[in-house]
Amino acid sequence: MGKTLAEKILSSHSGRDVTAGEITIAKVDLCLLQDGTGPLTIRQVEKLGVTKLANPKRTVFFLDHASPAPRKELSNDHMFIRQYAEKMGAQLVDVGRGICHVVINEKYVNPGEVLIGADSHTCTGGALACFATGMGSTDVGIGMAYGKTWFRVPETFKVYVTGEFPLGVFPKDLILHLIGLIGADGATYKSLEFCGPTIDKMDMSGRFTLSNMAVEAGAKVGLIASDETTRAYLEKMGRGDKYIPLKGDDNAEFERVINIDVSQLQPTVSFPHTVDNTRTIKEAAGTRIDQVFLGTCTNSRIEDWEVVAKMVKGKQKAANIRFIAVPGSESVLKEAIARGYYQTLIEFGAIMVTPGCGPCVGIHQGVPADGEAVLSTQNRNFQGRMGNPDSSIYLASPATVAATAIEGKLADPRKYIKELQSVGHPEVIDTEALKALAKSAQKTVERVAMDTAAVLGPAAREASDKVEGMARKAIADYGPKAHQAVKEFESKFSKLTSDVSKAVKDALKAKPAQAAKKKTGRTRVTASAKKSASPKARKATKARRGTKR
Amino acid sequence: MLKGKAWKFGDGISTDHIAPGRYFHLRSNMPELAKHVLEDADPEFASKMSPGDFVVGGKNFGLGSSREHAPTIIKMAGVSAVLAKSFARIFFRNAVNVGLPVLICDTDKINAGDELDVNLESGEIHDISNGEKLTFKPLPKSMIRILNDGGLIAHLQKHGDFKLD
Repeated sequence: MGKTLAEKILSSHSGRDVTAGEITIAKVDLCLLQDGTGPLTIRQVEKLGVTKLANPKRTVFFLDHASPAPRKELSNDHMFIRQYAEKMGAQLVDVGRGICHVVINEKYVNPGEVLIGADSHTCTGGALACFATGMGSTDVGIGMAYGKTWFRVPETFKVYVTGEFPLGVFPKDLILHLIGLIGADGATYKSLEFCGPTIDKMDMSGRFTLSNMAVEAGAKVGLIASDETTRAYLEKMGRGDKYIPLKGDDNAEFERVINIDVSQLQPTVSFPHTVDNTRTIKEAAGTRIDQVFLGTCTNSRIEDWEVVAKMVKGKQKAANIRFIAVPGSESVLKEAIARGYYQTLIEFGAIMVTPGCGPCVGIHQGVPADGEAVLSTQNRNFQGRMGNPDSSIYLASPATVAATAIEGKLADPRKYIKELQSVGHPEVIDTEALKALAKSAQKTVERVAMDTAAVLGPAAREASDKVEGMARKAIADYGPKAHQAVKEFESKFSKLTSDVSKAVKDALKAKPAQAAKKKTGRTRVTASAKKSASPKARKATKARRGTKR
Repeated sequence: MLKGKAWKFGDGISTDHIAPGRYFHLRSNMPELAKHVLEDADPEFASKMSPGDFVVGGKNFGLGSSREHAPTIIKMAGVSAVLAKSFARIFFRNAVNVGLPVLICDTDKINAGDELDVNLESGEIHDISNGEKLTFKPLPKSMIRILNDGGLIAHLQKHGDFKLD
């Protein structure tokens, strides 16, 4: 019997083989604390009389929930944490530097590790194949003091995802759909293991969104295998050496297997006041909304900003909507500025807030008024979550938030994305890039045509036209699915190139005299020059190429 | 034996209902925060409950945030135990860590305002008002050890390490 990802990681940290249902004491590699739960953690650890942390370099305090502090009580909590972190030699990520779950994955989390955090969305780190789970202040305090804690090894639900995301449907819609399907307590105490071809193709940003919301189905962890995408992310973040490939075994014991084909999904919205109260965009469109919010540990990465910026560029936000935008981290903020997204959002009419949790937790920076409705990219919509129990919260993807900000009521993002023909998933590629590729392909073919026209004549012209046509078609037909189009285009083009060069070689063998002449005098080939090529050679080439097809 | 009145709540009582985010600044002032316990589920609960009373929820009690302040202020308010059909994972573990009994039973059989007798040792709940006798699922052994020691900090102080077997 094989092992699930959860069993593998907990076994490697327990010094023995463990299986689902067992209680084990496991080593903890990394501890996360934030300004809402950190002060209580510190007090509990002090109660134990612990004066030295097990691993201060891997104990990270984040000041992100009330950041910068809106009240003196919270300023004092921040001061308390700063002083403690300094005294213990622990790590501190101060106000304005970003959300704990965004920054810790950018800078600390590695595959195969165990992370415990005094915040329920610590499970975000599962996207990097790290056993990352949220716990209370005391539990995390024990972990940071002793470097270990007790776990019940969870049973696993395998979430097997297939199909290609339709335009305007994103990993956020997938996870909302899943929670709607199994319920807010559907996976209580379980490990969710996301896998399948759609997950294999998904970028890290989408994977973080999935793992982040595992807890909204009650799960303990939301794990994803580490693969080449994980490696590329770690390399980009400067710790490629921490990469290890790690996946659950196919023959592991899964308590339940849930199959989802994303090609059947629509943009999805959670209605007040529970995350599992999901509806499709068809049912949701038209709902009154007063404020939209782009941000939080669920959807505040640069890929989320990219979708929104491209959708709203050159447009004006509806007058009845307040649009609050909060980058997930300092690096997201810098990138959003560098790419022009920040400017685009300001011009659209967004209110820019410093990196942090923003209005998600109900402390400040956008508390809704009585009776108001908010559409947010965050992960939970419990009554009172954003600071007012008399308001309502709806949850959706960044694209749905952008469409809603444009229209002034809950709106379907798909028509805007179709309009753009450039925002797809898992990767967002510019049509500009595709056009450039087509242009360079065309140039290459032109060069081949010039070099061989004397020999091949119209066949070269034909090849050139064909590639040009393919490039045009790729832009026209595949624009929205640019990622796929580029791959398809590249493979077809390389086949065509090899066909042409083989034809050239064959023609050179047949016409050595002309080829020699051609080699010495490389001049621009005109249409008439191409036409003058020998009909015999042309026929021969066509025949040869025909046999290959 | 615990005795008190049942305060009924529905399914899906979240940590935002129990310890609302708008009182975030009171997290280092737990007695003050406790005055707002369960405010967004029943604004009168904190002022009208008596020490010893029970919080009786439905499914998935305590879902959401990891804030340990939630079970802590329920305990501080004087609630003797929380009864529910099921609990969210982090809340459940936090409750045991802070020494608040959390009991899984069929709470549909308990009405608001009923007088309850709860025997933690025998695992029995007697609803004196309607005569129903219920049993609750015993906690895992490891958690009983922590609860019996008075919470996780007390457990570690007593044994110097985890002693869960």
